[in-house]
Amino acid sequence: MEYILTGVRDAIGLILTLDQEVIGIALLSINLSLVAILLASLIGIPLGFLVGYYKFKGRRFIITLLNTLLSLPPVVIGILVFSFISKQGPLGEFGLLFTPQGIIIGQTILALPIITALTVNTVKESEHQIVITALSLGASSGQALLTLLKEVKFGILGAVITGYGRVIGEVGVSMMIGGNIRNFTRTLTTAIALETGKGEFSFGIALGIILMLISFIINLILHSFQEGGSW
Amino acid sequence: MLKTSIMYIIIGIIILLLIGGIKDRYIGSNERLILATTTSTDNSALLDKLIPIFEEKEGIRVDVVAVGTGKALELGRSGDSDLLLVHDEKSELEFIEQGYGIDRYKVMYNDFIVLGPKGDPSHLKGATSVVEAFKMINKGQSLFISRGDYSGTHKQELFLWDIAGVKPEGNWYQEVGQGMGSTLMVANEKEAYILIDRSTYLAYRADIDLEIVFEGDSLLYNLYGIMAVNPNRHDNINYKGATKFIKFIVSQKGQEIIRDHKIFGERLFNPLNL
Repeated sequence: MEYILTGVRDAIGLILTLDQEVIGIALLSINLSLVAILLASLIGIPLGFLVGYYKFKGRRFIITLLNTLLSLPPVVIGILVFSFISKQGPLGEFGLLFTPQGIIIGQTILALPIITALTVNTVKESEHQIVITALSLGASSGQALLTLLKEVKFGILGAVITGYGRVIGEVGVSMMIGGNIRNFTRTLTTAIALETGKGEFSFGIALGIILMLISFIINLILHSFQEGGSW
Repeated sequence: MLKTSIMYIIIGIIILLLIGGIKDRYIGSNERLILATTTSTDNSALLDKLIPIFEEKEGIRVDVVAVGTGKALELGRSGDSDLLLVHDEKSELEFIEQGYGIDRYKVMYNDFIVLGPKGDPSHLKGATSVVEAFKMINKGQSLFISRGDYSGTHKQELFLWDIAGVKPEGNWYQEVGQGMGSTLMVANEKEAYILIDRSTYLAYRADIDLEIVFEGDSLLYNLYGIMAVNPNRHDNINYKGATKFIKFIVSQKGQEIIRDHKIFGERLFNPLNL
């Protein structure tokens, strides 16, 4: 119990005193997760749209596969990416292991199935009625597609938010691929793991509170898009 | 429509800034040296004292990856680290023999100790040797927490069970597969016996209830060695940087830092070249 109270106090202290190391760690976490979620969105949203909108052979299998990939553990992604970017791996020459870029690769892979699968669901659910209604009102098929795009944007934003939550909170990828290197690849979650290992529970909780604050602010921004609605 | 375009432009700018921020961080102006080491040297904060001085002097950034000795050697074998600071002499010599490592130096030593709960249920305090102490843990079926991660400490522990003629199996023996600090926290919560290096014990002493139940046996000697990863085995190994760091850590200056690194007035590691 005591840990939690001390943790809250420490968190406030760290934020108010602008602790340089903690700020660096927090900025890196925000930075990595945002870039990863952006890359995953750029690939996942169009992909999800294609799979959700068009009917083709093997579509059901792809959807099942995507849903299965939702439960891919970060550590497994860590091992896979590790073996690819290790000096012995096929991408070894780029020197990506134990770098922020390496973490981004892993986090993008982590978020990709989430964003794709949720986009597929959103598009699939709304598609029929919207397209039929639009077409019956005399829209061309291009216009009908545009209407569909407008209708599903909330669902897609929801997909991005869910993916972001998964990415900023993961430890496995950051630990394995980043190596938890101080002032370089130490993220909020790996720092929490480290502090917990050191028995510094209250400092770990303080970092956890900072992580939650960051997520809260980012979600506020994303939701303001949803409610603004005009764009 | 205008509002939409402005939003996209703003998002675009944010993205460019984000990517730019990471690029600076990665490329930097500094040369990079990856040091794979054990959790014990990292937890003891010794590296926090050595590395800034080295970085200042040489302009090389040292990135510490703290893993067990087994994993550290693996990172050397695959060429994913440039330099190793580890503590398992047998594996180290094997590593050198197989041509993966070169320029090995002995850096420092301390010792392993056995911690146990306050009541000392298996009466290890009466033991005359560590082998006897280990036999007593098994005989008393007291809980023992093992690293279970092929680290130097784990290897040492398995070696001792082997000499004691005890198979580390059963309800009394639990492997947690984590670093030294985490393992100690588990043992502390479960009031179990544990084999630990003295530096980690000293670093955590204030936060734990376990106490030393056995110490002082030549079999508990804990030697730390440093070596470079063989640059002929892989491309892009920072061998020059590794050589500079090795020179630094065995130099008078480096050894003095090791000698003077203390927690609560107690020295964690003893230098070997002073």
